[in-house]
Amino acid sequence: MNAQLGQILLVATGQTLYMVGVSLVFTILIGLPLGVVLVGTEPGRFLERPFGSRAAGIAINRTLDLIVNFGRSVPFIILMVALIPVTRAIVGTFIGPTAAIVPLSAVAIPFFARMVEIAIKEVDPGLLEVASSLGASRWQLVTKVLLPEAAPPMLLGLSTTVTSIINFSAMVGTVAGGGLGDVAIRYGYQQYSWIHIVSVIVIIFAIVMILQSLAAWGARKLARRAPRSAPALTAT
Amino acid sequence: MPAAVVRLDSRASSRLRTRAGPVVDSIHMIALEHVTRYFGDVAAVDDVSLTIPTGGIYGIVGQSGAGKSTLARIVNLIERPDRGSVSVDGTELTALRDADLRAARRRIGMVFQRFNLLGSRTVRGNVELALELDGTPRAQRAARAQEMLDLVGLGDRAHSSVHELSGGQQQRVGIARALAARPSVLLSDEATSALDPETTSSILDLYRRINAELGLTVLLITHEMDVVKSICDAAALLENGRVVESGRLVELIQTPGSRLTSQLFPIGPIPENVPADATVIDITFAGGTADRPVIAQLARDHGVDVSILGALIERIGGTQAGRTRLELPAAASAAIITDLRRQGLLVEVLRGADAAAQTGGIA
Repeated sequence: MNAQLGQILLVATGQTLYMVGVSLVFTILIGLPLGVVLVGTEPGRFLERPFGSRAAGIAINRTLDLIVNFGRSVPFIILMVALIPVTRAIVGTFIGPTAAIVPLSAVAIPFFARMVEIAIKEVDPGLLEVASSLGASRWQLVTKVLLPEAAPPMLLGLSTTVTSIINFSAMVGTVAGGGLGDVAIRYGYQQYSWIHIVSVIVIIFAIVMILQSLAAWGARKLARRAPRSAPALTAT
Repeated sequence: MPAAVVRLDSRASSRLRTRAGPVVDSIHMIALEHVTRYFGDVAAVDDVSLTIPTGGIYGIVGQSGAGKSTLARIVNLIERPDRGSVSVDGTELTALRDADLRAARRRIGMVFQRFNLLGSRTVRGNVELALELDGTPRAQRAARAQEMLDLVGLGDRAHSSVHELSGGQQQRVGIARALAARPSVLLSDEATSALDPETTSSILDLYRRINAELGLTVLLITHEMDVVKSICDAAALLENGRVVESGRLVELIQTPGSRLTSQLFPIGPIPENVPADATVIDITFAGGTADRPVIAQLARDHGVDVSILGALIERIGGTQAGRTRLELPAAASAAIITDLRRQGLLVEVLRGADAAAQTGGIA
């Protein structure tokens, strides 16, 4: 019985880490540039005139803002169901951990994009003047000044994002997405096995704790400050 | 004038002929022509025309809200003027496209009031930023950055975090960063305003050294008259976005009615206990006249009692200069004023029976 429980939890933890990990990669790859463009195309900022056109800037900004708000306002369980055709088109099925990556990324990308937006807005405008005075291009401004300076709060934002991906990954268990959520539902809910429930809670809590501490440690390192809680923690 | 023409012909004429726009020759590092910048309906900078000579330390002074910082940002076009042209080191910046403008900006080092260092980088990393942006090969960056840190006296703090440094040290890093890409102008926007007097004077010493040793033209934006007094050769006074006065300090302090001069010598208002019928005058000494016993001699020659209401001696623009406010007996005042003027002193009548008659002499 115990060996079986261990086996079940091991497989489920692996599935959870897999879908959370891959979703996280997509979230960073898409959410980070999205957040940068979202801030940059605001009036008076560095991407105010993409392709030399203010109208394009406004259009891009409004569109992205709408998408991000939409993605963030639809409850996950509804989004998950609504995305089934999309998931099927991309992955070929809507069942299993790989299929879960699609709705998980879809919910995490707008969330993280907002985190990036907040973090970049916190960068001292004086540093943008420095970059301009040193003859930085827009690309250099983003890569050499904005992203490194916003990295500590972005990392904390990322850890909040991971936590919510883990949270949502449990929910995909309800539509046979696999992972720890699936264990909790099948053994915990349907058979009322308290040991499964408690184990799942402990494992998820441990994962979240480890990730949070890693992120906080990394943020402090990046900020090159004496160790203290980063101010951006309150913003997330 | 002839001297300027000679230098122009021999050194910079070929460059000048190929370039349209305002005349910037080898003796003028910066030329602003009819520069105007609006914020809403308010002209923060209002039709400013100014030429800044090469190789000197030039001050732009004014109170907060006078448009100084906007003007500073117009010099390297971080702020674009709505009208007018800006030329620096022979290039008309207002005529440049993006890529050329970025290159031109690297010829202008800028130092900021709040230091504006990147917390994500070490001290040397901050200086290297300037070199990364202009494409200096990696191998040369570290050496050049270290050289700049040595110059500003922070060679041993290269690997420190910027948060570990004091305000004065942070500003030195800011200066090292501004100098790293070998600019021809150093633009300093209220660089000492956040610093205590002692640190301020050490930063000003550094500016003086940079100006002398590297031959950089320094443009200082400040509201502190002490800064102007101690290191500027020339200055412009900005009020409500307009230049009200400009010129070499040694000349300004000998110009009757100069506002900048009265700010350099803050003697203040006439004391209330001075009788209404007394004559009150300000005498300004400069250069050779500063060390003559003018007042003692005055009392002797005219047999009158003069009261000194206030006096200040300063070192301005490299010369000894002073201003003394005297109260004279009304009866003898006309003769005394004539006598002082004959000695080559600048006399301004602030109050007295003869004040009206003397206004021609003041203005």
